[in-house]
Amino acid sequence: MSDSAQTPHADEVEREAADERPDEPDDESHVEPIETGADAVVSALKNAGVDHLFGVQGGAIMPVYDALYSESDMTHVTMAHEQGAVHAADAYGIVTGDPGVCMATSGPGATNLVTGIADASMDSDPLIALTGQVPTDLVGNDAFQETDTIGVTQPITKYNRFATSPDEVGDDVSTAFALADEGRQGPTLVDLPKDVTQPETDVEPGKPETPDTYNPPEKADAEAVSEAADVISDAEKPIILAGGGVIKANASDELRAFATEYDIPVMTTMPGTGAFDQTHELSMGIAGMHGTGYANMAITLTDCMLAIGTRFDDRLTGDVKTFAPDADIVHVDIDPAEISKNIEADYPLLGDAKAVLDQLSDAMTDAPDADAWREQCQTWKDEYPLDYEMPEDRPLKPQYIVEQFDEAMPDDTIVTAGVGQHQMWAWQYWTWTEPRTWVTSHGLGTMGYGFPAAIGAKLAKPDKEVIAFEGDGSFLMTSQELSVAVRENLDITIVVLNNEAVGMVRQWQDGFYEGRRMASEYPWVPEFDKLAEAYGARGFRLEDYDEVEETIEAALEYDGPAVVDAIIDPEENVYPMVPSGGDNSLFALSEDHLDEI
Amino acid sequence: MTGKLPGPGPGERMRPEGRRNEDGIRIDPEAEAKHEPRRAVLSALVEHEPGVLAEVSGLFSRRQFNIESLTVGTTVDESRARMTIVIEETRPGIQQAKKQLRKLIPVVSVRELDHDSIQRELVIVKVNGEEPDKVHAITEMYGGETLDAGPRTITVEITGNEQKIDDAIDAYKQFGIREIVRTGYAALARGEQQTAEVEPEVKLTADSQTPADDD
Repeated sequence: MSDSAQTPHADEVEREAADERPDEPDDESHVEPIETGADAVVSALKNAGVDHLFGVQGGAIMPVYDALYSESDMTHVTMAHEQGAVHAADAYGIVTGDPGVCMATSGPGATNLVTGIADASMDSDPLIALTGQVPTDLVGNDAFQETDTIGVTQPITKYNRFATSPDEVGDDVSTAFALADEGRQGPTLVDLPKDVTQPETDVEPGKPETPDTYNPPEKADAEAVSEAADVISDAEKPIILAGGGVIKANASDELRAFATEYDIPVMTTMPGTGAFDQTHELSMGIAGMHGTGYANMAITLTDCMLAIGTRFDDRLTGDVKTFAPDADIVHVDIDPAEISKNIEADYPLLGDAKAVLDQLSDAMTDAPDADAWREQCQTWKDEYPLDYEMPEDRPLKPQYIVEQFDEAMPDDTIVTAGVGQHQMWAWQYWTWTEPRTWVTSHGLGTMGYGFPAAIGAKLAKPDKEVIAFEGDGSFLMTSQELSVAVRENLDITIVVLNNEAVGMVRQWQDGFYEGRRMASEYPWVPEFDKLAEAYGARGFRLEDYDEVEETIEAALEYDGPAVVDAIIDPEENVYPMVPSGGDNSLFALSEDHLDEI
Repeated sequence: MTGKLPGPGPGERMRPEGRRNEDGIRIDPEAEAKHEPRRAVLSALVEHEPGVLAEVSGLFSRRQFNIESLTVGTTVDESRARMTIVIEETRPGIQQAKKQLRKLIPVVSVRELDHDSIQRELVIVKVNGEEPDKVHAITEMYGGETLDAGPRTITVEITGNEQKIDDAIDAYKQFGIREIVRTGYAALARGEQQTAEVEPEVKLTADSQTPADDD
């Protein structure tokens, strides 16, 4: 729908594509001179070290694609849909830490990026979106494939810019890179009118630099650090709550060093998953709506919480009135606006998590006297383990499938997930040991995220194993990207936990809407193994326990995209569960508890 | 229904002693603290470029800040503009509004102005013109100016603080007000004080509030 090659504006493109790409330059030092605004855009991308771009061609973005034509340092990955492009770029940014780049044309191309940009915004992912735009003299006229992309994306970007001059467009892109990456990471967008990218210029873009007025803090105020260190030292029931900011700041090593030196239990939020090794004895697992019972007991009864890089999402806090109500909150964040936004910080420490953890380490005088608390935490771990019933006859339990893949795959496997029950089972039953291995849509909750994210992750880290957990409803939304996975021959395993429903909605309908399953059951989903085969991928159907081992082995052995359509117990639900806006420590362990809390 | 997990049920679990209020602030469980809304005048220095006003107003609407007025105009430095934003919010709401505003890339500085800052608003009132002498007397009384006078309408301008303008409008009501337009506040810090804090606000401690926040 974004293809406007046959439109009246297409004839503005003077250059016709040659049958073959021109010969690559012999001399590596040879640099193509900048001739147009589009060349300047490409030059800015190269300066920023970009090696992959994800996008879809279209009328208004054609000049930029044309400038990429003879570019050998960057690989453009054509996706089936712009949403696939933005999620792939987002995942690329998550697993590498550097901004991923997506491109789309004007109008529908740009609006198809919107969900993914909002996703990156909620999760503070570094992402660059480049969108084509109609020529400036047509802007505001409701021209063909025109949308006010700047207006539409303003609330969901850290920065967006309507490029106005071919001489400046390279710098616009460089600035977008710097801002996506520095401080609290986030998505940025440059809207590129055709009459900015097509005309001549020879102005080289500068290096990525943020504006003078942008000054994210690095180190926290020394006095504040000292006060916070004293509070932590004096605590009797301390915990560390590690959020996604720990991973963004590459501070996992510092977190581990701090926690082990001062013997403080650590739990993670969903975006913080992987920041702390779950096999470590101090690990308290995952907290929040579907977090572990033991984490949610500890989070409620702590007297001192060191919260790092978390925005206290309502899925984590439940009812704020009952969130860690006895605790002094030490809140480390690089974004001042996160301080006391949802939960009042008693000791705010503004700065980069890595730097502040070092500062805190230096300022600590004593380890907290917390033997009794650690024993209590262990008691909760024994009392509330994650568990499920597994009758040996059918149907399959989704938790078992996750565990079996976890066992069969290396520790540094990158796991992506869509959104729904399958995402929660993957989160709960995978053993997380390393940062940047859990890639999902945390804040926005975007169904269909997991599979295109796996494509981006695999291209970013080709040496790592990549597995995508999807639900049947979630996979339906972006499964057309199978064409890309096959074309690129990506060695990805896609596991569809298929319960023929949007299961999380069905679970809520059963729990809170008296079982009225309005529009949540999907008995018409395709056979995903056959869908995979139609695209040229390998498909497996998994229905019996005695097939699990050999199916996993065959799927992992296949050198290319393999889809495992796992037919799971359609009535299985996700527990523990804190009902929306509930008290974290009153989590339900089964449906029976929902009436009690 | 399956998925029964082990462990004591909700009624058998340990409970915390404390509580927070809906703003996430720890409170005395016996006496819940409630923040009352108050009026705050924020002054923001911004890059003078297209789209800044939309960005600021969009921020306020999507975060549901209760905005009373917003004015914008250029400064001595042609590359910068100054916005005066009046909001009615609780203290945590005002703090959050300031911090969110400061996050926008084109925003150079944000400050809440003290109560003694210089705050002025302009109103233009069009009233029925049957009693021109009386209208003129009231305009004189409020230090205003007549902008247009005809056989059927008189249009006047009054400048001042909110109370003065409200009072003047009340006084004009006797003639029958046909139309009104108010600009919203423009404000500057008093005396030697700088309205814009150009240095970024990096140091933040638990009790760091600007003086005007201490009420």
